[in-house]
This record gives sequence, C-alpha cells and structure tokens, in this order.
Amino acid sequence: MTVTAAARPARAARRTPYLLILPGLLWLAVFFAVPVVQLGATSLYDPNGSLTDGYAMTWSFGNYATALAAYWPQFLRSLLYAGLATAICLALGYPLAFVIAQRAGRWRNLLLILVVAPFFTSFLVRTLAWKAILADTGWLAGLLRDLHLLAPDGRLLATPFAVVMGLVYNFLPFMVLPLYASLQRLDGRLLEAAADLYASPLRTFRHVTLPLSMPGVVAGTLLTFIPAVGDYINAALLGTVRTSMIGNVIDSAFLVRLDYPQAAALSFLLMAAILVLVTVYVRRAGTDELL
Amino acid sequence: MSDLVLQGLTKRFGEFTAVDALDLTVPAGSFFALLGPSGCGKTTTLRMAAGLEEPTAGRILLGDRDITGLRPHQRPVNTVFQSYALFPHLDVAGNVAFGLRRRGVRDHAAEVARMLELVQLDGLGRRRPAQLSGGQQQRVALARALVNRPQVLLLDEPLGALDLTLTRRMQVELKRIQTEVGITFVHVTHDQEEAMTMADTVAVMNAGRIEQLGRPAELYEFPQTPFVANFLGQSNLLAAEVVERGAGYVAVRAYDNRYSVPAGRCRAAGPAAYLGVRPEKVHLAEAAAQVPAGHDSVAGVVTDWSYVGVGNRYLVRAPWGTELAVFSPNTGEGYYPPLGGEVVVHWDPAHAFLLDREPGAGDATTPVAPEPTGVPA
Repeated sequence: MTVTAAARPARAARRTPYLLILPGLLWLAVFFAVPVVQLGATSLYDPNGSLTDGYAMTWSFGNYATALAAYWPQFLRSLLYAGLATAICLALGYPLAFVIAQRAGRWRNLLLILVVAPFFTSFLVRTLAWKAILADTGWLAGLLRDLHLLAPDGRLLATPFAVVMGLVYNFLPFMVLPLYASLQRLDGRLLEAAADLYASPLRTFRHVTLPLSMPGVVAGTLLTFIPAVGDYINAALLGTVRTSMIGNVIDSAFLVRLDYPQAAALSFLLMAAILVLVTVYVRRAGTDELL
Repeated sequence: MSDLVLQGLTKRFGEFTAVDALDLTVPAGSFFALLGPSGCGKTTTLRMAAGLEEPTAGRILLGDRDITGLRPHQRPVNTVFQSYALFPHLDVAGNVAFGLRRRGVRDHAAEVARMLELVQLDGLGRRRPAQLSGGQQQRVALARALVNRPQVLLLDEPLGALDLTLTRRMQVELKRIQTEVGITFVHVTHDQEEAMTMADTVAVMNAGRIEQLGRPAELYEFPQTPFVANFLGQSNLLAAEVVERGAGYVAVRAYDNRYSVPAGRCRAAGPAAYLGVRPEKVHLAEAAAQVPAGHDSVAGVVTDWSYVGVGNRYLVRAPWGTELAVFSPNTGEGYYPPLGGEVVVHWDPAHAFLLDREPGAGDATTPVAPEPTGVPA
C-alpha cells in the first residue's frame, strides 16, 4: 500500500510534461505537419496538369529548377528588402528599447503600449493608410517637392523605398519587444562596474550592453526578417511589378495563374532559404546557449 | 601613491542630505573603514569617490589632483561592489582582464594569472561567475579591481553577502592582501567588528557626518559621542551632572551617587554629562563589602541573564529603574549571580568616561530598559 502510494505521485510527475505538450503537438501535427507534407507533394506534381483536369504525381523535381530560373530576381530582391528592413528596424528599435527598458521610469508602460498600438488595427489597413500618405497627390510628396527634396516628377509610392519603409513600419514592434525584454533584464550595476573599470560609455555599450542583449538582438532580427522575406502585402500595395517580392509571385501563382506545383515549389525554396540563412546567422551570433 | 582627500563633500537627494559637508583625509597606503548604520551616507560617499554619484558640493582630490569632475572611467580608482557586479557573459579571466583591456594593456594574461593566484583562484580562470560560490565570486570582484593597481580601492560592504565563517576568513585575507599590495583601501561597512578587525583607521559616520575618527582601540576605549559609544560596541551611559573638576579627576553626581573619572577621560564641557562604562568593564559582587577599594559602585537586581559561551550577559536594574548591561567573561572565577539576585555593580573609575549630554536627555543604555506598561509617558 505504502509503496504504491509513494510511487503513484512520482509516476504522475514524470508523465506531466508529456501531457502538457500533447495539445500543442496535436495542433502542430494537424495544422502544420500535414499541410507541409501536402505542399511538398504538390510541388512534385506534373507541371502540365491543371486545377480542372487534376494533377498527376510525377515526382517532377524539375519544378524547382524551373521556378528558380524564372524567379531568382524576386528571391534576391526579397532577401535584400527584408535584410534592409531588418537592419533599419534594429537601428531604430535598439535605442528605443534601451530607453524604454533602462531610462523611461514611470513612462515605461505607456511607451510599451505605444509600440504595440499599431497592432490594434489590421496589417492591411495600416499598409493602405501608408499608401494614402505616400500617394503622388498626398501632402507628404507635395511637401517634399516644395522643399526640393523630391524631383517635380519624383514619386514616393511605387518605389523600393516605399516597400522597405512599409516593412520597417509593420515589423518594428517585433524587433522592439524582444530587445526590450532582454535590455530590461540588464543589471544597471554592471554598467557602473564597467565604467569603474575604465570603459567609456561607448566601450561599455560595445563590451557589456551589446553582448548581454544579444539574445534580444537575435530574437528580434529573426522575428522581423523571417516574416518580412515572405511578405507580399507591402510590395503589392506600396510597390510595383519592378519591386515585387517572392511572396507576390507565390500569391499570384496560387491565386491568379493557378499553377499549384510551381507555387508549392517556390514556397519550399523560400522555406529552405530561410532555414539555411537562420542557421548560419544563429551560429555566427554565437548565442545558441542563450536562445 | 597619494592621499584621498574629501573637502566639504556634500550630496543632497531632493530635501534629504545624505552626506553633509564631509572633510576627510585617507592617508595613502592605509586600510580605512567608513563605519555606520544603513542610511548614514557611507555608500554615497564611496560612490562619489568612484565617480558614480555627482557631489552637490565639495571637492575630491587624489594628492594635489582634483578628480571631482572626472568620469568614473577616468579615475585611477576601482570599486569592489556589494553585489560583486561580475560580468555574466565573461569567464573569470575575462572579468579580471576587463579593466586592463580597456586601458590597452597588452600582456594582461600574466597579470591576470598572478592576480588569480593572489586571491587563491588559480585554475578557475575559465569558469563563468555563475559557476562559482559566493566567496569565490567575492574574490573575483576583488581581483578584477586590484589587477588595475588603482591608487585607491573602494570596497562597498564586500562581505555582506557571505556567511559568518566565510566573512571571518575573508576579513583576514583582505587584510593580508592589502598589506601585500600596499594600495589604499577604503572599506564601507555597518559591521563594527569587521571595521575593527581590518582597518588601521575607522571613521564612524552618522546622518551624513563623521562622528569620530581614529584607531579602533581609541574609538572603543574613549568614544567621542554617545552615538559612537553605542554603535561601536555597547556602553552604559548614565545621565550625570558635573559637580567638581579637581586636579586629575572630574566628579559627577548621578541619582544622588557620586562618581569620578580621570580628567583625561572627560569630554564633557558643560555640567550635563553622560557617565559611560563598557559592559565588560563592569563587575558583579555579592555585597558592598566585596567591592575593591577605589571602585565606584551601584546596587541592583539581576533582571535578565543569558549564557553566550565566552561569557554571561546580565541586565542589572539600578534603584532608579535603568538597566545596566554587564558582561562577565567565562573565566570560571567570577561571581555569577542567579536571576533576581541582589548584586553590587562596580567598576574602576579609570575605565569610565564622560561625554557631553544634551540637557534633559536621560540614560542611554543598550538595550534600552523597556517602558513601564500602563504608565503614560
């Protein structure tokens, strides 16, 4: 009796972690693993099939080569735009997060709410608002033309600038919040110790603040870069065909051209590219243990 | 090496004056302790010396050089922080080398190794701070500051987080290291035993001011103020009036008893005085007949007794209600009265001292006799 009474809680305790992850695992299996397998299969269908006639599974690995040959410029552009947007987000977000975390005092919560405030409206509506702001007949373009900062026939909308700016605007909170979380944990006494040990403010940042906030930098850049690479709304609303990103190509392949095998192949290529880049990046950042 | 000089150093936080026009000279190469209760301004003083706090007024000098306006990283002064503040992303060697690297010292590996040896951490250079015990972290913090050979090393309650055994050992070790490196140590602490164990000179701080400064024995044997008398150890302070200043002695009257003190042990300028005597300088006798000739005495009743191994602590209530603290060392030869027993408390007048008393102030003994219950004050 006593043996089983003592053993039962121990066995239950061992089972608890598995029970806790079970719902999440089931969800992932149904809504992630199954669709990914389906998408993988689709990417290997006969490219000559159609939605009305149906697709035959022909293991057409050639779909990948065709997709890459046709759309490599959009791939490169996506990586470039997303990389630029991520770098700008980091440059804007780090000082912002530092001030909120270390210097804002009683304004801290208000500032955090302001960072998150854009999320109260939909992604699409926010981007449409920027379309209005950057419009050729809008006040901003007019003002810049009057100040001779923009040529008389110059445009803000439908430029790479507009697309990258839209990405920065939409993903900045994803950069700021992880940075805030790691900078908020930073012990101010370590900064005093660094100053006491002959480190100027700049060197204190370089040798103490930055290394200790690397987990936030890595998390923030990943959360910004990954969705930005695959984004198509900014490029669609604020750009032109010449600024289209890989997300736009996939969008049109699935919904306009109805070329399912190619759309699936492009999606897989994008996934693979991101996976490789992220792996290399995390390795280089040397923060595996911190993540 | 040069002296650390504070001139009229003042720090106010809004209405509150943390440090009040402090004048202090810490001689080069000395082990100096700033002793005081929490909130007395000792840590603020230290932080101003380090440059981490800006003085409201006053100057800080190293020898002839005014360093008041220098940023912390520009001062040849290092600090051992109470929290240690070790860099968690660097290993022990990286922590110790931090200051050397920032100053562009090239061959720091040998210096770091030598310093780790000095604090007896050789071989632990690759460990992360989180993998060390509290005592080891404390020594890393010490090595990290000392390796820079600062003109002054500031220690902010560095032993506060350690357990008693470790504290005792580190006290001895710190003193050894200070003697070995010969750097000026300014040690901030609220622990009077720690201050007396290690420091050559102790400054007792209270409410932003220095109450007394001197060698530990001077402070203990002949305190300047009632605060010092009861912060550095404990004292029985009886409210008394000076009645006679004779040749070589001063006589006082307390509660109709006449006591005397050598003239050299009188700090009371006016008639209102405190007659002070340390608990261990007070002896117990069974009856007045056994009091040695020349001793002053008062009869009383034992109201509290505790055995603490090295001795016995007694509280003896005098006829006027004040309880006197008595410490009888456990020599096996004294008189150890029972609780409630009638005793005579006596002391050698040469061991007593006289301090200034605010007119009207009553006896000051620790612990203070409890207020009689039910009687309005």
